[in-house]
Amino acid sequence: MRIVVCAKQIPDPATPYKLEADTHWLVRPAEQVLDDTDRYGVEMGLQLAQNSDGGVTIVSMGPAGSMQGLRQALAMGAEKAVIIDDPTLRGSDALATARVLAAAIAREGFDLVIAGTESTDGYSGVVPQMVAEILDVPALTYATEVKAAEGKITIHRQTSTGYEVVEGSLPALVTVTAGVVEPRYPTFKGIMEAKKKPVDNLALADLSVEATTDQKVTSISDAPARSGGAKIEDDGAAHEKIIELLAQKKVI
Amino acid sequence: MAEVWVFVREFDGAPTPLALELLTKARQVGDTTAVYVGTGSEEAFARLGEYGAKNVFHLDPKDSLVAAPVARAMAERLETDKPDLILFGQAYDDRDVAGRLAARIGRPILSNATNVTLEGSTSHEIFGGTQIAEAEITSAGPKLVLIRPKSFAAEPTGGAAPQVTVLDLPDVGGAGAKVTGTHVEERQGPKLEDASVIVSGGRGLGSAENYELIEKLGKLLRAATGATRAIVDAGWVPYAKQVGQTGKTVKPDVYIACGISGAMQHLVGMKDSKVIIAINKDADAPIFGIADLGVVGDVHKVLPKLIEALEKR
Repeated sequence: MRIVVCAKQIPDPATPYKLEADTHWLVRPAEQVLDDTDRYGVEMGLQLAQNSDGGVTIVSMGPAGSMQGLRQALAMGAEKAVIIDDPTLRGSDALATARVLAAAIAREGFDLVIAGTESTDGYSGVVPQMVAEILDVPALTYATEVKAAEGKITIHRQTSTGYEVVEGSLPALVTVTAGVVEPRYPTFKGIMEAKKKPVDNLALADLSVEATTDQKVTSISDAPARSGGAKIEDDGAAHEKIIELLAQKKVI
Repeated sequence: MAEVWVFVREFDGAPTPLALELLTKARQVGDTTAVYVGTGSEEAFARLGEYGAKNVFHLDPKDSLVAAPVARAMAERLETDKPDLILFGQAYDDRDVAGRLAARIGRPILSNATNVTLEGSTSHEIFGGTQIAEAEITSAGPKLVLIRPKSFAAEPTGGAAPQVTVLDLPDVGGAGAKVTGTHVEERQGPKLEDASVIVSGGRGLGSAENYELIEKLGKLLRAATGATRAIVDAGWVPYAKQVGQTGKTVKPDVYIACGISGAMQHLVGMKDSKVIIAINKDADAPIFGIADLGVVGDVHKVLPKLIEALEKR
């Protein structure tokens, strides 16, 4: 089974995010990390590939930078990475991103595309579904369990109250939640091998696709601040203060 | 008058609360058509009318996964109809349909909006709700907007029963999928979205077993119990309990955050609670920035005492 995993390099979520003053685009340092939500997709891909005699290719769009994030996916065991890094794609919206990813995925060839449910820096939450429509395949979304064999794919699709069992045929796209598998940590051997694995660095012109963005942020302002109230150190009796407030609010 | 379509997903035979919020907003912006996805009934359609829908497109996907057939049926209808705005909720089926529809008709989407105007410009809370971004779509055509739950209060307007048109679902071939089973998690106490009191736990609880403290306190306060993404991802509690950007948005009278530091992902889902009480051992935790009462202390010490005191009352 040929598996493509969509992955994204994002600014380290542990650092405060900043926007460029004129464009309102997110400032992206050269050192970006693999979006944590993508580790689950990579792991899922590796497990499915192992069971079906195939390999995992990572497809990503954005500034390549130091490639630290995608190298992590390669170190986990993916065979190859394709990154579309083109200055004209800066500030791309979800649809432009999906068009580029879909073109790159079609160029590689695939039986299954795996993506996270949304990125941690953008959260638009619609890119995988767009990619699926462009590729004319089903999108089995929000998976907490994935089984794929003999041209079929079955998932548990998370819902707000539990899950649904959903079946489709390959080729297909699946989006995975954090609960789907336990991602492996790269081994030292994996990290060394990752340095030699092939990376295709593409420009937009390498893909026959139009990717214009028809939306923009017009202004940024501070939200009305909600100020904190009393802050007390627990001296062994803090629970009494909580009870006082609960009584005052008529909860008890 | 502008024309607005509102995507309405059926749940338990009725429009979702989120859809009623969107209808309430839509009718202030223009003439409203509900795109109703589900089995449908006189009662359900009447409810759409009560919340301001003048027309209903009814699509029944039966056991098909909704996204591909519904998106393509909507795209076909958009060859003749020209709504100015198409509103969806920031919810799973909504995202799936909106994404496919946008790609099908080549239109951009504005996601995670908390407000929308007639012109289709939108507001978005970013960086955990500390800043507001205003955005707009710059090309002509229907504007697709995904709106976060609880951005507007749902209010009936007493409208008459709407005109219902059945839209046939096209055969989508291999792009379709089937729903072959449904599993509902057991839940005790009130629903998170409706609860007036919520007790939530995070990493600071230390282990899955300690979530029991949250359940005990929740039961005593007749509260719903919630969780951060971190402990859902860690497998301590099911996703149905997740509050935040990718979970549920809640606005209870009282929110008690236990062992929650206040990641942006979490704050965005609960910062509009009327009263916030936080217990966390790190005095610098961001949660204290929005808490009405912040207790700098160990949840393993404070919670048992709180529970014991409440049991005695």
